[in-house]
Amino acid sequence: MSVLTLWVDGAAVAVPAGASLLEASRAANVEVPTLCHLDGLAPVGACRLCLVEVDLPGDGSPTRLVPACSTAAGEGLVVRTATVQLQRFRRMAVELLFAEGNHVCAFCVANGACELQDAAVAVGMDHSRFPFQYPRRHVDASHPHFVIDHHRCILCTRCVRVCDEIEGAHVWDVANRGSHCQIIAGLDQPWGTVEACTSCGKCVDVCPTGALAHNDDTTAEKRAARERPALLRSARERQRWHNQGGPP
Amino acid sequence: MASMLRCCSASGCRSAGGEALQQALVEARSRAGAGDGAPVIKAVGCLRLCSRGPLVAVDGPAGSVLYGEVPSARAAELLEACAAPPRAAAARRALASHALDLRHPFFALQEPVVLETCGLIDPESIDDAMAHGAYSTLHRCQAELTPAQVREQVRLSGLRGRGGAGYPTGLKWDTVALQPPGPRWLVANADEGDPGAFMDRAVLEGDPHRLIEGMAIAAWAVGADQGLIYVRAEYPLAIARLRRALAEVQARGQLGSLRLRVRVGAGAYVCGEETALLASIQGRRGNPRPRPPYPAQLGLWGAPTLINNVETLAAIPAILRRGAADYAALGTAGSRGTKVFSLSGAVRHTGLVEVPMGTSLRTIVVTMGGGVPGGEGADGGVKAVQTGGPSGGCIPAALLDTPVDYEGLRALGSMMGSGGMVVIDQATGMLELARYFMRFSVAESCGKCVPCRAGTVQLLQLLDRFCDQRASPADLAQLHDLCAMVKATSLCGLGQCAPNPVLSTLRHFHQEVVSALAVAPGGAP
Amino acid sequence: MSGAVDEAPGGAGPQRLRLATVWLAGCSGCHMSFLDLDEWLFDLARQVEIVYSPIASDTKIFPAGVDLCLVEGAVANTDNLALAQQLRDRSRVVISFGDCAVGGNVPALRNLWDASPQAVLNRGYMELADRSAQHPRAIGIVPELLPQVLPLHAVIAVDHYLPGCPPSAERIRAFLEPLLRGEPPPMQGAAMLRFG
Repeated sequence: MSVLTLWVDGAAVAVPAGASLLEASRAANVEVPTLCHLDGLAPVGACRLCLVEVDLPGDGSPTRLVPACSTAAGEGLVVRTATVQLQRFRRMAVELLFAEGNHVCAFCVANGACELQDAAVAVGMDHSRFPFQYPRRHVDASHPHFVIDHHRCILCTRCVRVCDEIEGAHVWDVANRGSHCQIIAGLDQPWGTVEACTSCGKCVDVCPTGALAHNDDTTAEKRAARERPALLRSARERQRWHNQGGPP
Repeated sequence: MASMLRCCSASGCRSAGGEALQQALVEARSRAGAGDGAPVIKAVGCLRLCSRGPLVAVDGPAGSVLYGEVPSARAAELLEACAAPPRAAAARRALASHALDLRHPFFALQEPVVLETCGLIDPESIDDAMAHGAYSTLHRCQAELTPAQVREQVRLSGLRGRGGAGYPTGLKWDTVALQPPGPRWLVANADEGDPGAFMDRAVLEGDPHRLIEGMAIAAWAVGADQGLIYVRAEYPLAIARLRRALAEVQARGQLGSLRLRVRVGAGAYVCGEETALLASIQGRRGNPRPRPPYPAQLGLWGAPTLINNVETLAAIPAILRRGAADYAALGTAGSRGTKVFSLSGAVRHTGLVEVPMGTSLRTIVVTMGGGVPGGEGADGGVKAVQTGGPSGGCIPAALLDTPVDYEGLRALGSMMGSGGMVVIDQATGMLELARYFMRFSVAESCGKCVPCRAGTVQLLQLLDRFCDQRASPADLAQLHDLCAMVKATSLCGLGQCAPNPVLSTLRHFHQEVVSALAVAPGGAP
Repeated sequence: MSGAVDEAPGGAGPQRLRLATVWLAGCSGCHMSFLDLDEWLFDLARQVEIVYSPIASDTKIFPAGVDLCLVEGAVANTDNLALAQQLRDRSRVVISFGDCAVGGNVPALRNLWDASPQAVLNRGYMELADRSAQHPRAIGIVPELLPQVLPLHAVIAVDHYLPGCPPSAERIRAFLEPLLRGEPPPMQGAAMLRFG
């Protein structure tokens, strides 16, 4: 396997070819905020929190902003993850997310276990400068075990991807466009009526917010298991389960 | 040569009654007795001056005249006007008020390359197209040049992508051609969606074989054996004519082993973005994805895919026939060749113009377009020219002498875009116009990335505050900040360019913005 | 607006800062959390004079010359709006105190209810009433609802934001201590910033 060397925030780091800039940042012990990304799922570069500045080696072309999750590391790249401008953009992105949905942490199932809440802390958001939109969304509690509360959805599409890529059921997808986008079950029908759903709960496990939850969770009771896709993927690819011993 | 009546059968003239007029001509001819000398009545592609439709070009022994806005009742006189001089003279005098002056700059300054046979040939007849040279360049390329030589010609021509981004076409072709061995795809992007843009429609409706020939040359040059034309569903006539042209050309075996098909879009503007377009073709949701990998590396079904805009591909046959140097002699150093623009908005002569790159905005809008109807002065009453649609910006009248090329327009905070040019008159508020385009971007955002999905909504609401005179200085600061954020961080070109109409308004019409601030800053909600 | 309280107003010698706390549309939980400051309240009392507060003062009129004003709650009705504007005029430093003031929070959930304040009142006082359904109308006594519940910074300029539902006593103290010294509060990390 060939190895690439690049610079992340001034530190040289070596990563295997094919690694993403996010993985390279982690190798350099640099934490880049993410929301739509989840290890084990295909990256989509949608939330834009993991944007980093990249200079190509010696070509004098202007600095580019690229999503670390879905950009491959390259030899000699110079990556900056936390410039003042990036921090400003990230805070605005999180504020936009808070303003576009109905995120009321105080009584959310995911209070304390929410990646949106964490992201707000990470970007230093003490309030949203953007007016709240209060979209009229709905709750689908038709499934026997789970519930989806669209008010809390940030359209990261993790549920769509885990169901498609890991479970192979493709129960979820996105309907409509722009600010009307919405996660839909089956052919835009009540979740409980979708026969393809295996009730595996992976969508609930990976949801970064309280949008997907067990239907008996109340405020601050959600216990997410966001490491599951990575475990399942490595188990499948390496033919070895973590609970079977041996190094991960 | 037999006399001929060329009836514009493009969408613009059709909506002005072109079909009825052509039918009336046919009936008048049969009433007059269709002898050997009876004029040929031919449906042709766009005759350019859409605002005077329906247009009919009369080619007779007494020369060619273009008539506009002719009522069907006067079909017989049009037929007469085809006759030999003594007879034609009376009819031509009678029709004088409908005659259009072909020496007017609108026509005289045109430099038809892409549109060279548009308006001359019957778009529904492959025989007519071939009689005007269609497919001869393809066969000559295949007989006399290697694919690498064809690509070299395209590279030397300096042709850049006409969809708006201006990427060097030859470089893109090389990138696809030099990928590891395996299948390759070719896609013509005919998802022309900018408000006020109808250049590609004219090619598709008026000269489909030129596009197909360009595609066949491109496919051969990059080693693709399958291709698709992705056309927006809003272009039914273009789709019908393309399908007919493809059926005819494949029946004649002109394309060899190359298989071309039409794929109809489903009404999403963002599908003009190449990665969204590819997703749409593959039956997925039309969402863009991050690049790299570029479609040239990883496109349709994982294969290297060449995606070019219609106008880019339609320029190819002319470039290879005339030679790269001849084509590159047109235009400016950075932007070679010609560009087709669709003139619309508050302009006297609405329609299609093809001019060399580097022609000034003033020449296009005032000299050729005639300025605003009733407008006066050197600027013809023009307040601004909007180029590049929702991704572009407004250029104020003071900068009308700007040569139109990729870099020139970008330096002014607008962009070439695909070629839509909307003329703005003095009565139009620039903030309202910016809001119109922001509304467009809000409606057409795919919703995948946060800045475009949620940021454009906030930008629109900020613009509402300005348009309603409720904005505070803090709103102005936020407008600047949010524009910068959406531009820098959106995933695809649609989001990245969505703030451009606002930014160009802030830049060129700052006084209008400032005077829109609320009288008491920070006014109560 | 100054970022921090850097000087005491008026006169020579050390003078206690004039502190106000205000309760708009909120559950009073932020004030309860304030009371959880327990013995530190005695330290605070040595540094500030509480000139207006639902929990520590009987004054009914918001006074002039306030240095620090903690505002709990969102802006939901005409009284809230009038008081917000008054306190802004009369205070040097205004703090959005808790998630309702910072972002609307629970009171703003009524913004999800369609259309007008009237529809909200219908829902609350008529449709959901078990008995004696009637509108709470008493002109001049019961304030009119605003069309939308708004965070404080949507109606007046705000100098500092202290999120939390409620902000814990520890967070309030960590916020106030530097502010009283004239330093900006250390608004970073989950201990200071986490909503909810």
